[in-house]
Amino acid sequence: MICLLTLPPVPLELKSPLSFRTRAQQQQHSHPFSQTLRSHTVPHKTLTGGGTATTTVTNVALSEHNDLNAAEEDEPLPAELNEELMPNHVAVIMDGNGRWAKQRGLPTSAGHQAGSRSLRELVEICCKWGIRVLTVFAFSYDNWIRPKVEVDFLMNLFEREIKSQMQKFVSEGIRISVIGDSSKLPQSLQKLISDAEEKTKDNSRFQLIVAASYSGKYDIVQACKSLACKVKDGVIQLEDISESLVEQELETNCTEYPYPDLLIRTSGELRVSNFLLWQLAYTEFFFVKELWPDFGKAEFVEALISFQQRQRRYGARLS
Amino acid sequence: MKVFLGDLVLIQGSIMKKDGRSRINCIFENFVTFLRKCTFRVLSVGPIPEHIAYIMDGNRRYAKKQNLIEGTGHRVGFLALMSMLKYCYEMGVRYVTIYAFSIDNFKRRPEEVQSLMDLMQEKIEGLMEEESIVNRYGVRVHFLGNLKLLSEPVRLAAERAMVATANNSKAVLSICVAYNSTNEIVHAVEKACEEKWEEISLLNASGSGYGLIGLECIEKDEGENLIKLIDIEKHMYVSVAPDPDILIRTSGETRLSNFLLWQSAYCYLYSTPVLWPEIGFRHLLWAILNFQRNHFYLEKKRKQL
Repeated sequence: MICLLTLPPVPLELKSPLSFRTRAQQQQHSHPFSQTLRSHTVPHKTLTGGGTATTTVTNVALSEHNDLNAAEEDEPLPAELNEELMPNHVAVIMDGNGRWAKQRGLPTSAGHQAGSRSLRELVEICCKWGIRVLTVFAFSYDNWIRPKVEVDFLMNLFEREIKSQMQKFVSEGIRISVIGDSSKLPQSLQKLISDAEEKTKDNSRFQLIVAASYSGKYDIVQACKSLACKVKDGVIQLEDISESLVEQELETNCTEYPYPDLLIRTSGELRVSNFLLWQLAYTEFFFVKELWPDFGKAEFVEALISFQQRQRRYGARLS
Repeated sequence: MKVFLGDLVLIQGSIMKKDGRSRINCIFENFVTFLRKCTFRVLSVGPIPEHIAYIMDGNRRYAKKQNLIEGTGHRVGFLALMSMLKYCYEMGVRYVTIYAFSIDNFKRRPEEVQSLMDLMQEKIEGLMEEESIVNRYGVRVHFLGNLKLLSEPVRLAAERAMVATANNSKAVLSICVAYNSTNEIVHAVEKACEEKWEEISLLNASGSGYGLIGLECIEKDEGENLIKLIDIEKHMYVSVAPDPDILIRTSGETRLSNFLLWQSAYCYLYSTPVLWPEIGFRHLLWAILNFQRNHFYLEKKRKQL
C-alpha cells in the first residue's frame, strides 16, 4: 500500500489568508469561490509569476478568474458534472502501484513512477475543476515495515519531486502541506518539506496535502496530547474539551477545508487503513477496482458523478 | 347434544388443521435451520469474523416503498435485526455492534424521534423476556453512547437490560444509542486527561511528582508521556469489544456517518444496496465470503513482507 507523491504544474496564484473552518461551517460552505468568479465577465489579463503580497484583492480576483477561464478552456468540466455540486476536498488512497508493476513483470519502483503520473494528472484536473483541497495518502505510518529498499526509494523520489516542482508551486499558486510524523523521515527530506511549506504557505488557489508517515490514530492522539498539555497549563479547563477543540488540534488544521467530501480508494480494497479517521466521519466513499497507475480522468469523473448523486443528510432527514 | 358434539368435532378439526399447519411450518423451519447450519460449517473452513458491526440504514425508505405507515419500517427493521443476530450467533460471531440511534438523529422531527424512542423502549423490555434471543444465545447486552441524552424511561430500561444480562457470557451485543464516534473520542480524551490529572495530583501529593503540575508543558518528552493511544482506547464506549472485522451498511450508502471511526481503521467495509428490513441470510453469506477472500489476500501480502 505504498503510494507516491508528485507535484504538478498548475495555473495562477491567488493570495488571501486561510482561516480555519469548523465542521459545521464547512457543511454550510457551498463553494462560493468558483460561483462568484464564474458569474463575472472580464477581459483576459495575466499576472507574472510570483505575484506579490501587495496585490489587491480585486486584481487578484480578476487574474484568478481570467486564468480559471483559460484553465477551463484547456480542461472544461464534463457535461455530466454539476459545477455547483463539486466537492471542496477530495482525499485519495493511492493503492495498487506494487500490484500494477507485478502484473507487468516490472520492479515496484516502476509502479511508483507510473503512480506519480496519475497523481500529477489528478492534481491538474482538481485545480482546473475548482476543487480546493486534495489530500493524498502517500505513505502510511504502518508502511515503515516495508522493505528498506522500497522505503528508501520512495523517500528519494519524494525529495526529487519536491525539488523539481518547487518553482512551479511558488509561481502557480499551490500550497503544499505535509501531515504525519515527520520525525521518522530523513533529515534532508524534513528540511525540504519545511522549506516548501514555508515558501507556499500564502498560496491559496489550491492546496495539496500529502500524508506521509501518517496515521489517523496518531493524529487524534497528538491532538489529545496538545489538549492535555493545555489543561495541565491551565489554558483550558477539562470541561472545555469538545469536538471543535479536538478538530483544531488535528493536523488538518492547516487547511480551510479539513473534512474530505469524497474519499477515493483504488485497487479494490474496501477499507480506510488508518487514514484520516476523525475527518472521514461524513465523507462519501468511492472504491474503484482499478490500480492507482490506471486511475485517470475517466475514473475520476465516475467518482464525481457518483458523489454528486448522493444525498448527504448528516443524520437528519431531507424532507 | 348433536350440535354440541358437532361443535366439538368442528373445533377439534380446526385444531388439527392448525396443528397440521404449524407442524409443517415447524418441519420446514427446522429443515431451513439445518441447511443454514450446514452452510456455516462450510464457511467455517475459512476465517469467521469475531465482530460484525451493522449500520441499519433504509427503514424509512422501505416503509415508503411498501406503502406502509410511517414508523412501520423500523418495526420490520427490528425483525430483520433479530434474524441477523440469530444468524451471527449461530455462525459463531461473538460480538455484534449495531448503530441504533445517532446523536445526529436527534435533529429529526420530534415525532419521529419520539416514536423511535418508544419503539426502542418496547424492544429493550422485550429483550429481557425469557424466550428472547439474548437468553437463548447467552448474549450480554451493552448500550453504548451518551446515555444522558436519552429520555429517562429509555435510559432506565437500557440500564435494567444491561444488569439483567450481565451474567451472560457466550456473546455480546453492543447497541449504540445517542452515539457519535467523535463524541465518543472526545469523551475518551476527557476521561484520559482526567485520569492523568489525578495521577499527577497523587504523585505531587506524595512528593514524588517533582512539581509536574507547576511546570509548563513545553518539552516534547512530557507531552509524549502524558497521554498514550492506549489511554484513550480504554475509555472508548466500544472498548467492551475488539475492533470490528466487517462493517456492513445497508441501503447502498458508502459512508460511516460518524460510526466507529476509530475502531474501523482496518475494518472491511461492506456496503450493500438492500434496504435494512430486506436484509437476509444470503446478504450476510455474501459479505462473509467477500471478507474471507480479502482476508486470504491480506495474509498473503503480510507473509511477503
